[in-house]
Amino acid sequence: MDTVRYLDDDGKPLRDIPLSEEELLSGYRALRRARHFDERALVLQRQGRLGVYPPFRGQEAAQVGVALCLEPSRDWLLPSYRETAAAITFGMPLSKLILSWRADPAGWGAPPEVNMVQFYIPIATQVPQAAGVAHALRLQGKDAVAAVFIGDGGTSEGDFHEGLNFASVFDAPLLVVVQNNGWAISVPTQKQMKVQRIALKAQGYGIPGVTVDGNDLVAVWTVARKAAARARAGEGPTLIEALTYRVAPHTSSDDPGRYRTEDEAEAWKKRDPIDRMRGCLLHLGLWDEEKERALSEELEAEFLTAVEEADQASEPRPWEIVEQVYAEMQPDQQAAWQYLHGGEA
Amino acid sequence: MIVERGTRVINLVQAVNEALDLALERDPRVVLFGEDVGKMGGVFRASDGLQPKYGEKRVFDTPLAESGIVGFAIGMAMAGLRPVAEIQFAGFLYPALDQILSHLGRMRHRTRGRFTIPLVIRAPYGGGVKTPEQHADSPEAILCHVPGVKVIIPSSPERAKGLLLAAIEDPDPVFFLEAIKLYRGVKAEVPEGYYTLPIGKARVVREGNAATLIAYGGMVEVCQKAAEVAAHEGVELEVIDAETLVPLDTPTLVESVAKTGRAVVVYEAMRTGGFGAEIAARLAEEALDYLEAPVVRVAGWDAPYPPFSAVENFYRPDAKRVLEAVRRVLMY
Repeated sequence: MDTVRYLDDDGKPLRDIPLSEEELLSGYRALRRARHFDERALVLQRQGRLGVYPPFRGQEAAQVGVALCLEPSRDWLLPSYRETAAAITFGMPLSKLILSWRADPAGWGAPPEVNMVQFYIPIATQVPQAAGVAHALRLQGKDAVAAVFIGDGGTSEGDFHEGLNFASVFDAPLLVVVQNNGWAISVPTQKQMKVQRIALKAQGYGIPGVTVDGNDLVAVWTVARKAAARARAGEGPTLIEALTYRVAPHTSSDDPGRYRTEDEAEAWKKRDPIDRMRGCLLHLGLWDEEKERALSEELEAEFLTAVEEADQASEPRPWEIVEQVYAEMQPDQQAAWQYLHGGEA
Repeated sequence: MIVERGTRVINLVQAVNEALDLALERDPRVVLFGEDVGKMGGVFRASDGLQPKYGEKRVFDTPLAESGIVGFAIGMAMAGLRPVAEIQFAGFLYPALDQILSHLGRMRHRTRGRFTIPLVIRAPYGGGVKTPEQHADSPEAILCHVPGVKVIIPSSPERAKGLLLAAIEDPDPVFFLEAIKLYRGVKAEVPEGYYTLPIGKARVVREGNAATLIAYGGMVEVCQKAAEVAAHEGVELEVIDAETLVPLDTPTLVESVAKTGRAVVVYEAMRTGGFGAEIAARLAEEALDYLEAPVVRVAGWDAPYPPFSAVENFYRPDAKRVLEAVRRVLMY
């Protein structure tokens, strides 16, 4: 099976790029925006101003390329915990994401104009749900698609298979994106599954499966755009396998030195998705150092504003524990609410 | 609210069918699906005639996968529909427990109300009709232990219809368990047309002063039989149908115990950790001053529901065992 690529490891185009100059520039900006957040989030985590954080460094293109094909108020995104880059590109406010990774309830809900479900922690359970979302969109006659993300480890879960089966049987407008980053915490893909191309699994469900270079934004964007168009046309789901690498640890609490060599990570760093995209822009004469500097300043200013906003969010109050359990508080929640509220009704 | 209208005598599965029909007719967001619910009309015929009437987009068969069905239903509910999913037997819910525990009950909470799941999951449960292995389980206690869901187990056709319509209107996920024994085992007058009954209300089905029998679903009938036998001996038992397990109407139970001073809780699930244990605990917490004897439980034994029908009746509580328990609390 071929891997779809448009850029070589330095970013030089290997074939005609089906994206406009404007799109290429906005794509690069989206990658840099995600990377900036990730780098600064790790600093906040070390300062104790963020909880456990799952970094995504190295996987920006695989997420951003898909999110760029979606419209937040129309389409749906069901991400797992490593998809902060997809969330940023999909329109989640940075301050909300900071609060979310602070485990602050104020960050748990997407704004009304963003159809993103809060990051899923259990593995692959959101795949049947995403199939249901997509099917419901179609039943309601909406011109909309859903995108669901999991990792390579998630393809071992039963829900991955049940979800793909439902999506294919009902021709649901769904993009199932597997970020094959080589590792499920400490377990390498070779010990996760016999088949080495996750995209091959699509054959079992009678749907297209595509393997794409997940560190090549142009490739991911193009593949996802095609899958979204197919879904919108009522032709059903597509399984997209993005080959990428988790350069960073599994979470801020993980030590990858226990299970992998740094040589491996170093080799992947040479295929960094952002360097490659910048290489592409430079090759096409669309970028220079001054633009890069201006972008860095803009992103840092945006991030600092977001931190300020997040810091201003009020501390969660004890009685919020029993709020939003039901649409209306039931007697048991009511009793707990009154206790947590200090007896005041 | 029950409006003045005609009634007919129908059984519980017909009442469920009527409710589904009326819900589909009234609200275009309602969709009905599960294994064999479409063309076949459900293994118990609960959805009989609905696919021809409403089409395959609104009433459809799914692949055979319970986790898939519940997960799919969660997604559909989040995206604006009002799904009613059928699980063929409550004992087949187990593959879907990850969806139920990880997402169904907590989606509203974990998204601060941004996404909610107005979903009804219907499943037949319980024994007494000699079904094969796994078909007679009563897993209500597992479901009651999930924060954010409601659990309803009706015991009559009239209650089933009104409560199912209320469950479909409800903004939160509801489990609606239907006792297989009652599907065709009870007939009663059921109002015509659309009506709902309040969720979260227990009801006194027989008044008495000697002791209170608390049950739900298929066990209400058993308790009524026991109360009839006791009445011949001059012992008037009060029978309460808990009906909604979550949220439980504790005040109605306490009020009855305040009158009788004694309580027997009857359920057909395995005794340990069963929902009757929760009822007994609440009475111990809130009705201790009224109790003149310990609360006694009559339940299934701590064993799997027997897969061999010849001994099924020794597992499932009957009037005799209920009366033995009544004797215990009266003699205490």
